[in-house]
Amino acid sequence: MSKFSKKKDGDIPAVSTASLPDIVFMLLFFFMTVTVMKDTSVKVKNELPNASEIKKLEKKDQVITIYVGSPTEEYQKVFGSEAKIQLNDKFSNPSEVGPYILAERAKKSEDLQDVLTTSLKVDRNANMGIISDIKEELRKVNALKINYTTVEGDAFDNINRR
Amino acid sequence: MPRRGAPPEVNAGSMADIAFLLLIFFLVTTTIETDAGLDRMLPPIDDSVVDPPIIKEKNIFAVNINKQGQLLVEGEVTEITSLKEKAVAFLDNGGAANGSPEYCNYCKGKRDEKSSDNPEKAIISLKNDRETKYNIYITVQNEIVGAYNELRNRESQRLFKRDFTDMEAEYSNQETSDERKEALKERIKRIQELFPQKFSEAETSSNN
Repeated sequence: MSKFSKKKDGDIPAVSTASLPDIVFMLLFFFMTVTVMKDTSVKVKNELPNASEIKKLEKKDQVITIYVGSPTEEYQKVFGSEAKIQLNDKFSNPSEVGPYILAERAKKSEDLQDVLTTSLKVDRNANMGIISDIKEELRKVNALKINYTTVEGDAFDNINRR
Repeated sequence: MPRRGAPPEVNAGSMADIAFLLLIFFLVTTTIETDAGLDRMLPPIDDSVVDPPIIKEKNIFAVNINKQGQLLVEGEVTEITSLKEKAVAFLDNGGAANGSPEYCNYCKGKRDEKSSDNPEKAIISLKNDRETKYNIYITVQNEIVGAYNELRNRESQRLFKRDFTDMEAEYSNQETSDERKEALKERIKRIQELFPQKFSEAETSSNN
C-alpha cells in the first residue's frame, strides 16, 4: 500500500522545456527554406488576384518582375493614389519599362537572355490601361513571354470583392 | 568536493531564446514568394505590309469587357460564370462538314455550321476598355485558359490516359530527367496541335 501513497506527496513536476529549442529550430529551418530574402521593398499596394489555371514559374533567375499598383499610404502624398509602375525601387512611367527590361536583360548571362519571362505583379484594383501600356512597351523590346502572377484560388472571388 | 574530471554542464536554457530571435529575424526579413501565374505570349510587332488572312466571322469568338466589368460575348451580355462553357462549346464545335479536309474527327461539340469550323481555325478575340479592372481581366483570362485546358485534358486522357496540365507541370519541373522531358515534349506538342491556343488581344479602346 505504501507504494501508492508515496506518489501523492510532493509537488507536480515542472514541464520539461528541454525540447523547446528543438521545436523552435524546426520552425526556423522551415521558414528559412520556404521563404526568400526581400530584394526590393514593394512601394505599391500589391494584392494579387486569384486564378485557378496557373502554372508555376520555375527558375528564379529567368524572371524580371514589374510591380503595378497604387502607391502605399506613405507615398500617396507625393505620387497620388492612381496606380503606378514600380521598377526596382522607384516609380516609373510606362516609357521607362522598355529600357528597364533591356538593362535587366543585359545583366543576365547570354544563354538566359532569350528565355526570360516578365512577371507582372499587378494589384487587383489597377486599371487595364496601364497594363496595356506596359504590354505595348514589352512588345517594342521583344520581351514577349509574360506571366500574370496570381495567387492560387477561385477566380470568381475576384468579382465579389473589389 | 565535486568530481574533478567532468566539466560542468553548459546551461542550455537560453537556447530557446536564441532560436526564437533567429526565427523572428527570418520571419521579418523574408517573404513567401508568389511564383505562379497565367503564362501568356504577346504578339510580336510586325511592320511588314501583308494582307491579313481572311477569317470567317463564324471562326471568331469575340469577348468584350467594358469598364463596369460586364461581358459581351458574341453580341450577347453574358455572366462571367458561363464564359468557360461558351468558350468550350465554341472551340469544340467542329462545324466543318464530314468529308471536307477541315473536318474535325475528335471534336465532340454540336457541329453547328454557324460556329467554328475546327479548333485550328477557332480564334478567341479579347477586347477590353482602358478602365476595366485588372481582376475582371484576370478572371476572363483564367476562364479562357481554363476552357483550353479542359479540352486539352480531355484529349490527353483519351490518347495518353493522363491530364495535359499534369504533363506540363512535370515537363517544367526542374527535377524531371532529360529523357523523360523528351518523351513528354512530344506528347505535349501533339495535344497542343489538336487545340492550339489562338487567342488575340486587340489594342485597348479608350472610347466607351
